[in-house]
Amino acid sequence: MAEVLVLVELNPAGDGVRKTTLEALTAARALGEPSAVVIAAPGTASGVTGALGEYGAAKVYVAEAPEVEEFLVAPKAEVLAQLVSEKSPAAVVIPSSPEGKEVAARLAVKTNSGFLTDVTEITPDGTATQVAFAGSVIVHSQVTQGTPIYTLRGNSVTPEPAAGAAAEETVSVSVSDAARAAKVTDRVVEQKSSRPELTEASIVVSGGRGVASAENFAIIEALADSLGAAVGASRAAVDSGFYPHTFQVGQTGKTVSPQLYVAVGISGAIQHRAGMQTSKTIVAINKDPEAPIFELADFGVVGDLNTVVPAATEQITARK
Amino acid sequence: MNIVVLVKQVPDSGSERKLDPADNTVARASADNVINEMDEYAIEEALTVRDAQGGEVTVLTVGPDTATDAIRKALSMGADKAVHVTDEAIHGSDAMATSAVLAAALGQLEYDLILCGAEATDAQMSVMPALLAERLGIPQLSGARKLTVEGETARIERQTDGGYWAVEAPLPAIVSVWDTINEPRYPSFKGIMAAKKKPVETKSLADLGLDAGGVGLGNAWTRVLDFAGRPPKGVGVKVTDEGDGAQQFVEFLAAQKIV
Repeated sequence: MAEVLVLVELNPAGDGVRKTTLEALTAARALGEPSAVVIAAPGTASGVTGALGEYGAAKVYVAEAPEVEEFLVAPKAEVLAQLVSEKSPAAVVIPSSPEGKEVAARLAVKTNSGFLTDVTEITPDGTATQVAFAGSVIVHSQVTQGTPIYTLRGNSVTPEPAAGAAAEETVSVSVSDAARAAKVTDRVVEQKSSRPELTEASIVVSGGRGVASAENFAIIEALADSLGAAVGASRAAVDSGFYPHTFQVGQTGKTVSPQLYVAVGISGAIQHRAGMQTSKTIVAINKDPEAPIFELADFGVVGDLNTVVPAATEQITARK
Repeated sequence: MNIVVLVKQVPDSGSERKLDPADNTVARASADNVINEMDEYAIEEALTVRDAQGGEVTVLTVGPDTATDAIRKALSMGADKAVHVTDEAIHGSDAMATSAVLAAALGQLEYDLILCGAEATDAQMSVMPALLAERLGIPQLSGARKLTVEGETARIERQTDGGYWAVEAPLPAIVSVWDTINEPRYPSFKGIMAAKKKPVETKSLADLGLDAGGVGLGNAWTRVLDFAGRPPKGVGVKVTDEGDGAQQFVEFLAAQKIV
């Protein structure tokens, strides 16, 4: 069976792999037998091999060296290019984070291969599905040259367990001088949050201009916490200083595709729709019955968010 | 300090955007074309660095004849000159092919710093800095919310979930910026008038020493097989809150087995 390389994305908190990795392993199985590739600091792989095997990794390539995390993107692309050259895989699947897309791009140049970003599905013949133009167009594409490289958008594929041997194979890492140019000198966490990461969350509650103040975002956070959800914000809310840019959902922010998206006080401008239109179920709460967000909503409440949201939070909490 | 800013003309994301069924490429002729929003932040950043350290800002774009509008916008903001790569054979190029054209054009320019927007609103790939860094053999400083250039070193704060990474590299380097980095200026009347006299050099593939057989739709590394509009969503339920809006919302969630 053809081998498919899957780049492992690790949890930044240092505990295990991200869900996006399990999604990538699942998607890769359409094309062949996945081999997970761990490119990280020494001592990382031993803690994640078990999880990779549970999601079908037949092999785990262990490429551990301090340099791969000291320099931006380039070392990981070098390691993958070396593996592509040695193993001649049928394809490479990478979780679609900003770094993942950049690794894919550099790998594409190194191996003279085509690459497709933010795919939501891969079929056995290598055809990928992508959504374009704020989710309004669905596109089917193929790679026509080299080893096909895909980056898989988070929350597009449901991780499905499958037994894999997860046989470890050590890969020797030699990072070139060229890949040592952009040095990461510090990693700073400014907002520590116990909530799920936006692009990974199965429920997202977002607030817009209608929330009216930074203080009032507390009611959005309370609803999110009652649902175990991530908190998002529209660009209008971010530009008004109500909530940090990190949490912006939309064209110039994050693209999310959760099971449930709750838009509170958000009118539904194209800028925002671009980031949430593919959510499975959409609920809108807005006082303006003509707000365009209602065109997308499976369920809409026309009303004052200041009364509806706290009351809903109370009822959800009471049901637990 | 010679700075090159990469600028892309895109269909306005506020209007209806389409693919052309004839060849599955972006329908640019029928679109309301504008400068990519994030590129304005790159231009602003370039002007800030130039005004502090001296030098010249050159705008570089690859695109059809209509892309001159995007160039004029950049020049009216204060960039000094422009290079417009335009050639029928480039039509339909994917990211790999476009990066090859840009790399060849950059090879004919002198630069200490290349700046671009972190994302274009049409394809939303965010890969050009990585592709060009790889092709040109220069460091990639992508996704910046802050840029500092001191002597021969550029430092950025690379925006991440919940914070940033501090990243530094020697010049020349390519830097991409998010809209958190600055507030782009509006072109002044004087700037708009001055832009009309600024030099815009047009280059073909032949001028770049590139073969038409290496770019364009037929030679791309990827191919769009087909596309379709997203199926319209069924009409949802909309209730007006008369004291029971929250309850109906929670009952909807319960019916979906979410709570």
